[in-house]
Amino acid sequence: MSHDGDRGREGAAVLPLRRRDFMSDQEVRWCPGCGDYSILAQTQKMLPDLNIPRENFVFVSGIGCSSRFPYYVNTYGFHGIHGRAPTLATGIKASRPELSVWVITGDGDALSIGGNHFMHAVRRNLDVNIILFNNRIYGLTKGQYSPTSEFGKKTKSTPAGSIDYPINPLCIAISNEATFVARSIDVDVKHLSSVLTQAAHHKGVSFVEVFQNCNIFNDGAFKHFSERGFRDDRTIRLEDGMPLVFGRDRDKGIRLNGLKLEVVDLRRENSEADLLIHDIHDPDPHLANLLARMDYPDFPVPLGVFRSVAKPTYDELMEAQVQDAISRSGSGDLERLLNSGDTWVVK
Amino acid sequence: MPATTTEKNHKSGRDIVEIENATIRFAGDSGDGMQLTGTQFTNTSAIFGNDISTLPDFPAEIRAPAGSLPGVSGFQINFSSRDIRTPGDQPNVLVAMNPAALRVHLSDLEPGGIVIANSNSFLPLNLKKAGYGSNPLEDGSLSGYRLIAVPLTELNGKALQELNLHKRDADRCKNFFALGITYWLYDRPLEPTLSWIEAKFKMRPQILAANSLALRSGYNYADTTELFTTHYRVRTARLAPGKYRNITGNEATAFGFIAASQKLRRPLFYASYPITPASDILHELARHKNFGIKTFQAEDEIAAVGAAIGSSFAGHLGLTGTSGPGVALKSEAIGLAVMTELPLVIANIQRGGPSTGLPTKTEQADLLQALFGRNGECPVAVVAPATPSGCFTMAFEAFRLATRFMTPVFFLSDGYLANGSEPWKIPSVANLPDIEVRFRTEAEGFQPYLRDEKTLSRPWAIPGTPGLEHRIGGLEKQNITGNVSYNPDNHDHMVRLRAEKIARIADFIPPAEVFGKPQGKILVVGWGSTYGAITSAVESMQEQGHPVSSLHLQYLNPLPGNLGEVLSRFDRVLVPELNLGQLLMILRSRYLVDAVGFNRVRGLPFKISELQEAIGEML
Repeated sequence: MSHDGDRGREGAAVLPLRRRDFMSDQEVRWCPGCGDYSILAQTQKMLPDLNIPRENFVFVSGIGCSSRFPYYVNTYGFHGIHGRAPTLATGIKASRPELSVWVITGDGDALSIGGNHFMHAVRRNLDVNIILFNNRIYGLTKGQYSPTSEFGKKTKSTPAGSIDYPINPLCIAISNEATFVARSIDVDVKHLSSVLTQAAHHKGVSFVEVFQNCNIFNDGAFKHFSERGFRDDRTIRLEDGMPLVFGRDRDKGIRLNGLKLEVVDLRRENSEADLLIHDIHDPDPHLANLLARMDYPDFPVPLGVFRSVAKPTYDELMEAQVQDAISRSGSGDLERLLNSGDTWVVK
Repeated sequence: MPATTTEKNHKSGRDIVEIENATIRFAGDSGDGMQLTGTQFTNTSAIFGNDISTLPDFPAEIRAPAGSLPGVSGFQINFSSRDIRTPGDQPNVLVAMNPAALRVHLSDLEPGGIVIANSNSFLPLNLKKAGYGSNPLEDGSLSGYRLIAVPLTELNGKALQELNLHKRDADRCKNFFALGITYWLYDRPLEPTLSWIEAKFKMRPQILAANSLALRSGYNYADTTELFTTHYRVRTARLAPGKYRNITGNEATAFGFIAASQKLRRPLFYASYPITPASDILHELARHKNFGIKTFQAEDEIAAVGAAIGSSFAGHLGLTGTSGPGVALKSEAIGLAVMTELPLVIANIQRGGPSTGLPTKTEQADLLQALFGRNGECPVAVVAPATPSGCFTMAFEAFRLATRFMTPVFFLSDGYLANGSEPWKIPSVANLPDIEVRFRTEAEGFQPYLRDEKTLSRPWAIPGTPGLEHRIGGLEKQNITGNVSYNPDNHDHMVRLRAEKIARIADFIPPAEVFGKPQGKILVVGWGSTYGAITSAVESMQEQGHPVSSLHLQYLNPLPGNLGEVLSRFDRVLVPELNLGQLLMILRSRYLVDAVGFNRVRGLPFKISELQEAIGEML
């Protein structure tokens, strides 16, 4: 049996699937060197492991560089309009809960023009996976600042520097009690793949922020902490059930002091026992929020899963109400409906 | 109200005069329960067997300051022993629960009409709020009317004394006391309302007893006192045989969508953001989840249409409902549905605009918005119901066309149709047209934009179908493959193809029919909710021997194929609309016909008399 990426035109893909089954026949048109390639590759590699028939995947996007993503994945796909991908996804998932629905979005798409929909899809706990490619810039419109751009950023539209304070996407998701929140980065493909897989397995809304380098308009936006030489010292891997330790020599940690986090030096006064133990299943979102607010240089930049809690999903609750109505009143009878209320007969 | 016969009422000994039809308007404060009172009078008259037509007229404010002019809420019912089509031009009776209600509505009352006023509320403060310098019940200013001043609050309070209610609770029943008076005046049975009260308040026996007692007391008061020298009887109408119910436009709309879902055997997905006057459709559909209906109250108008489009992509019947301001927000997404060629129905229950405009008043000023209000060449189908019960048929039609042609379809109702009601001969489900949808399932030869030769529609290939994985989106599509294409010739071709697809719908809709002679001097062309007034006006002109016919469009895009030919058979074309001439503009440009408009934008439906006048001036 051959596994051709273009079998979608010819016939059904058969389980088990391979990466090539998820490659469409469309030429990928991102700029050479764009971080999007890495995210696409890791997604296509990870999807076969989910053991879901290819025809049950739907990738939905808005507008922006990242939103071209669905064209390159050989599943059902819907390239929507700016900021509205979560709304399309809501209709798809609420109508057909058996589908695996993915929202591909960017920092402008999800947090600026689509901020409202993002917030509501998250708080409803719609069982979809939202992957936000955060490059902290508007790429497709050629280089204006985005809602995640740092304060003072000089761009074509802000020659004197941006006077917008940036949004932290994780905090938005956590404050809306997203049931799964994670962050990864394009250059660490193993970590990215692992995070995407965990997001896919989570039932309920999964929100993943991926730091993604735009090498044309915002090159090196993340390199001050992501470069190999100091990545271990300037980032921290969140691991469930483990103390928050980081550093190339695993000699630093994060401790909770009152209502604040602080970095401690394990070589001196503290031991791992004093450190915060990461608990992704904590129903309270407070610690996840504190972790999400950590940023370099005061703190290491956290990567990994912040939060993963169980909660009934919007689509299953909606379906349950339909089933409940049917079991209470029986399947809808149109004749009876039209004849309901006060009626009279004219002879 | 033309009298036909007179007889003596055995019980009261007073004259009972038989009349053909009557129009009554209830008016009071927003909190006085006038909508409920009007609805009860309506249902009773419908069950009694009259033909009816109603016009609720309420303020946008939930509770404007008590006694103020903006706070007045009204409900008008026309009930008749013959076929009627409008809520009536002029009420014969005005029930005014306070001075503000009298002030707002008196000018509409027919000369010599009856005013039933609650004299207890004509106190200095209320008079001042309504702008009266002196009490109109006492100063002779109502001498042109038959004034019946009734101390309603006081009488109602006395009648309910035995129940030991708080005064406030007792006072809240006074609308039923007033209703009782009108039931006596028009010889209506009390039973339908009594059984409604029983069902409604069965968990609250004291309120049940109070409302029932108030209704009976009002009736008995009118019967035993010499308030009226005569009362009236409007006999059963000669409606076509069958089973009837009273129905509002919004109910009929919801039922039509449910019927389409049942006939198409596809679940309905209704996504909406609350907005007047469309919200009742959401409320109605949310009650019928056992039909497999999912209702989604979205975070905003855009989310609603987006979710509806997503649902359609997934193979369900995506539907969104709103009013004009909501359509403005949905426009970009409607363009997406045009580009992706997915079925979608957008119900616009029009209201007065622009902007927030007149939320609770009616208008037909969104026709051009439906036709053209999007970026790019973006054609959609547009249908418009003509009557409250006709909303059922056209809602059904909207989905027939949307699924057959893979296109968005606008359903243009309005506030008048939405809240107005009339008797509806309940259709038999078996007689509803058979419609079906076919999803593409064969992978062999599948192309996302391969077209049906007749309709030009593309295949509906839904997620979950093996081998049909494909991508769609808002970027221009290459013909047949559906791949993204920026090719100039392809774009030109696709723009024309999308227009042609909508144009071809004309072969799948009924031809325009003329009411009256097929040719003549004047053709009156209307669309939407003006049907009742236009047809009644034209009918009466015809009875007077004038060469006038009318034509009512329920399909606005495409227009019926024979329309141009029909227009050419008449010397003059008159187009009455509740806007400044939107259909008029279309007809003039499309058919090069020198049509003239008759336009009113008062937030109210046409009166028959003003249309008769307009036609008369053209003769």
